[in-house]
Amino acid sequence: MKPRSAAIVGALALALSTAPAAAKTFRYAFQGDLNALDPYTLNETFTLGAIGNVMEGLTKRDKDLKIIPGLAERWEVIDPLTWRFHLRKGVKFHNGEDFTADDVLFSLARMRSPGSEIKSRAPADMKAVRIDDHTVDFILTSPNPILHAEWDTWYILSRKWAEANGATQAQAPSAVSLSPFALKANGTGPFEVVSHQPGVKTVFRPNPSWWGKVEHNLTEVIFQTIKSDSTRVAALLAGNIDMMDPVPVQDIDRVKSSPGTRALTGPELRTIFLNMDSFRGELLYSNIKGKNPFKDPRVRKAVYQAIDIDAIHTKIMRGMSANSALLISPLLFARASEFKRWPFDPAAAQKLLIEAGYPSGFEVEMDCPNDRYVNDEAICQAVVQMLARIGIKVKLNSMPKAKYFEKAGVAKKYDSSFNLLGWTPGSFDSWNVIENIIGCRNADGAGGLFNYGGYCNPKIKDLNKMILVETDAAKRNALIAEAFRINHDEAGVIPLHQQALVWGVSNKVDIVQRADNQILFYWVKMQ
Amino acid sequence: MLAFTIRRLFEALVVMLTVALLAFVLFRYVGDPVSQMVGQDTSLEDRTRLRLELGLDDPVYIQFARFVGNAVRFDFGISYQVKQPVTRLIAERMPATIELALAAALFAVALGIPMGVYTGIHRDSWLSKLFLTVSLIGISLPTFLIGILLIYIFAVWLNVLPSFGRGDTIPIGFWRTGLLTASGLKALVLPAITLGLFQMTLVTRLVRSEMLEVLRTDYIKFARARGLPERAINFGHALRNTLVPVITVIGLQLGSIIAFAIITETVFQWPGMGLMFIQAVQHADIPVMAAYLLLVAFLFVLINFIVDLIYVRIDPRIRILRRGA
Repeated sequence: MKPRSAAIVGALALALSTAPAAAKTFRYAFQGDLNALDPYTLNETFTLGAIGNVMEGLTKRDKDLKIIPGLAERWEVIDPLTWRFHLRKGVKFHNGEDFTADDVLFSLARMRSPGSEIKSRAPADMKAVRIDDHTVDFILTSPNPILHAEWDTWYILSRKWAEANGATQAQAPSAVSLSPFALKANGTGPFEVVSHQPGVKTVFRPNPSWWGKVEHNLTEVIFQTIKSDSTRVAALLAGNIDMMDPVPVQDIDRVKSSPGTRALTGPELRTIFLNMDSFRGELLYSNIKGKNPFKDPRVRKAVYQAIDIDAIHTKIMRGMSANSALLISPLLFARASEFKRWPFDPAAAQKLLIEAGYPSGFEVEMDCPNDRYVNDEAICQAVVQMLARIGIKVKLNSMPKAKYFEKAGVAKKYDSSFNLLGWTPGSFDSWNVIENIIGCRNADGAGGLFNYGGYCNPKIKDLNKMILVETDAAKRNALIAEAFRINHDEAGVIPLHQQALVWGVSNKVDIVQRADNQILFYWVKMQ
Repeated sequence: MLAFTIRRLFEALVVMLTVALLAFVLFRYVGDPVSQMVGQDTSLEDRTRLRLELGLDDPVYIQFARFVGNAVRFDFGISYQVKQPVTRLIAERMPATIELALAAALFAVALGIPMGVYTGIHRDSWLSKLFLTVSLIGISLPTFLIGILLIYIFAVWLNVLPSFGRGDTIPIGFWRTGLLTASGLKALVLPAITLGLFQMTLVTRLVRSEMLEVLRTDYIKFARARGLPERAINFGHALRNTLVPVITVIGLQLGSIIAFAIITETVFQWPGMGLMFIQAVQHADIPVMAAYLLLVAFLFVLINFIVDLIYVRIDPRIRILRRGA
C-alpha cells in the first residue's frame, strides 16, 4: 500500500470511528412549557426535573427515589435539633466559581425571599450556621425527621453569580419587571444550558468538569414543547424526537406496535381521589335542603362502595392505573399493603343509603377538570353513571383546570359539593398528604388548603402533629397508619387510583423512568 | 380625504376599546390565574398576597381602566406564565405567524387562481371536476384534521417533512426568519398548506364564478369576434377583470388567516402568536390574552382601513358620493 492511500484509509477509519460518537443528540418533548430557569419561581415537577439536569441540591434522589448525597457528600444528625452537612469539596459552578458554604447560606436566604415558591422546603424557623467552608449546621426548633426530604429540588445557586446578575431575590410571580436571570442558569450539574427560548426550545450540553460519575453518552440535548397529543405521537413515530411524555392512553398501542418506538410505563406517585363536601351544614347544588347528606359517613361509604374501580381500571384507564385504598402511593408508605379498598357492592351501598335516611337517593352536582389528569373527565362520567345505580343523581360540570381550581378551590371558597382531585406529596411523605388533603380546615382554607371537601376529624389533626416530630420510623409509621385508617373507616376522602406514567421512547434510547416523572437525561444512553 | 381618514381612525379607536372591554368581561370566566401560577405547596398567605399584588380583587372597571391606561403607553404588563413583558413576547412570536400567514396566502393565490381560471374556462372537463372536489374537501374538513392527515402522510409515512416546529431560524435584526434555512423552509410546507387550503378553495371558487360571469359579457364576445387568440382573451381580458374582487377578498382574508392560525399553530407546534394565545387561555394568563385580542382587532381594523382607502382610489363613484354628502 502506498503511503498516500494508507493515509487516506487511516483518515477514513478515523472519521468512521469518531463520527457516531460525535453526534449523540437527545431530543425530547413534553406537553408543557419550560419557562423561567430560576428554580425558585415555579414548584412544578417537569420544570424542576429539567433544571435538575443543570443545578443540584445538597441531596439527590437515585433511580428508585432513595435520598443520596448530592452537593453534600454526607450528613449527620448530631442531636434531634442539629443536622450537620459536610459539603463536597472541589465542586465548581459552570462559570468556574468554587462551591462553598456561603452558597448554601445564600440559597437558604433566597429560598425564603418573598417571591419564592419553594418556601416549604425547610421550616421557617430553621437557622443555618457556617462551621467552615465545607460544613454547615442546620439548627431546628423542633425535631423534624423529614427535614431533607425535599432538598433534592432545593437547588443551590452561586452567591457571586446571583449578585453579579441581580438575582439575589427570587422573582415574584407578580413582578412588574423582567428578571434577566430567568433565562439563564448557573449550576453545578452534569449539563449546562446553551440557549433557552421559553415555550419553544431549550438546548443543553454536557458539563465537562462535572464532579460525578458520568452515566450518559450524550453530546447535546434539545428540549421542545409539543402541546398537541397527536402531533407529539407523530413526531416520535416520524423520528423527529427520541422521547416524549406523556403518551395519550389511546395511542399507547400505536407507539408499541411501531417498529422504532416503545412505550415505557410505570407507576406514578400521584393519587386520584374524590372529595365530598362534608363541611357545609347544607349541601350546595342539591335537592336536599337544610342538611348535608355527605356529613354522614354512611352516605360517603355508600358512594365509595358504588364505585366499580375495576371497570375504571380496565375500561377507562386501559390498565394504566393501580387501584388504591390509600391517599398515597404504596411506593411512599411502607405499611400500604395493610389497607384494602371497601369492596364494590351496590347492594351494600343501597342499604347504607337507606340506613342514612336517603332511600331514594338525592341530587348533587360534581365538578371535574378535563385537562389536568389522565382521562379525568371520563373517570367523572363513569362515577356519575355508577352513582345513578344507587339513586344518587349527579350532574357533571367538566371544565378546564384554570376554571376548575378556581371554583372547587380556595379562590371561590370551595364552591363545590363533589369533585375529583389528584395529589403527589412534594416531600414523598405521608405527613404532607394528611395535612393538605384530610387536615381539618376552615372556610378560607386555613389548615388543609387542598381539602376540597372540608372533611374533618380532629383526631387526624392531632395524629399529624405527632407525625411531624416523631423521629422513630416504626412509631411514626404506626401514627400515619392510624390517621389513614380513620379516613378509610369514615370514607372521608375516597381514593381511586394511582395513574401510570407512559413515556414514548425511541428504540435507540436507553432511559430511566423515575416514578416522580422527572425527565433526567444524565441517565440517558443512545445507540 | 383627510376627514375620511380621521373619521376612520376614530372609528378604529372605538372598535378597539370595545374589543378590550368585551375581553375584560370574558376574563372573569377564564378561571383563577393564581392557582395556575403557584405550586401546590404555596401557603394560603402567599396566595392571598399574590392576588392582591396583581390587583385581581379590584372591581372590573378599575382593572379595565388600569389596562387601558397602560396600553396607550404600549405597556401590556408581564405574562403571568412566562414572566416576561408581553410586548417582547409578541415581538418574538409575531415573525413566525406573519411568515406562516404570508406563505399560506401565497399558496392559496398561486394555486387558487390558475385552478379557478381553468375550471371557469373548461367547465365540464374531468380535471375541473377533480379541482372542485378537492376544493370541496378544503372547505368541509376541519383544519386540525387536515393538519394531522398531512403529518401522518408526509412526516410519519413518507418521512420527507418534519412533523412539528419551525426548523432553524436566522435573526435579521429583531426578526427571526425561517425562510433562509433549508429546515425552516421544509417546516413551513405542511402548516402553510393546512392554513391556506380553505383560502385556496375560496379563491378557486371566486375566480371561477367571476370568470363564468365575465366570459358571458359583450366585450369578450366582441374580442372573440375580432379573432383574438383564446389566450389573450382568457388572461388579458377576462382574468384581469375578475381580479378586483379577488384582491379585495384576499386582502380581507389575510386578517382572518392571521387570526385563525391558532389551530394550525397548535397542531404543528408552530411557535407563533396563536400558539401563545392558546397557552395563555389554558393558564388564565390575562395580560397575554388581552394584548393578543387587541392586536388582532387592530390588524382587522388596519386591513379594513387600507381596503377602504384603495376603494376610494380605484372606484371614482365612492369619491364622488362622499363629496356630494
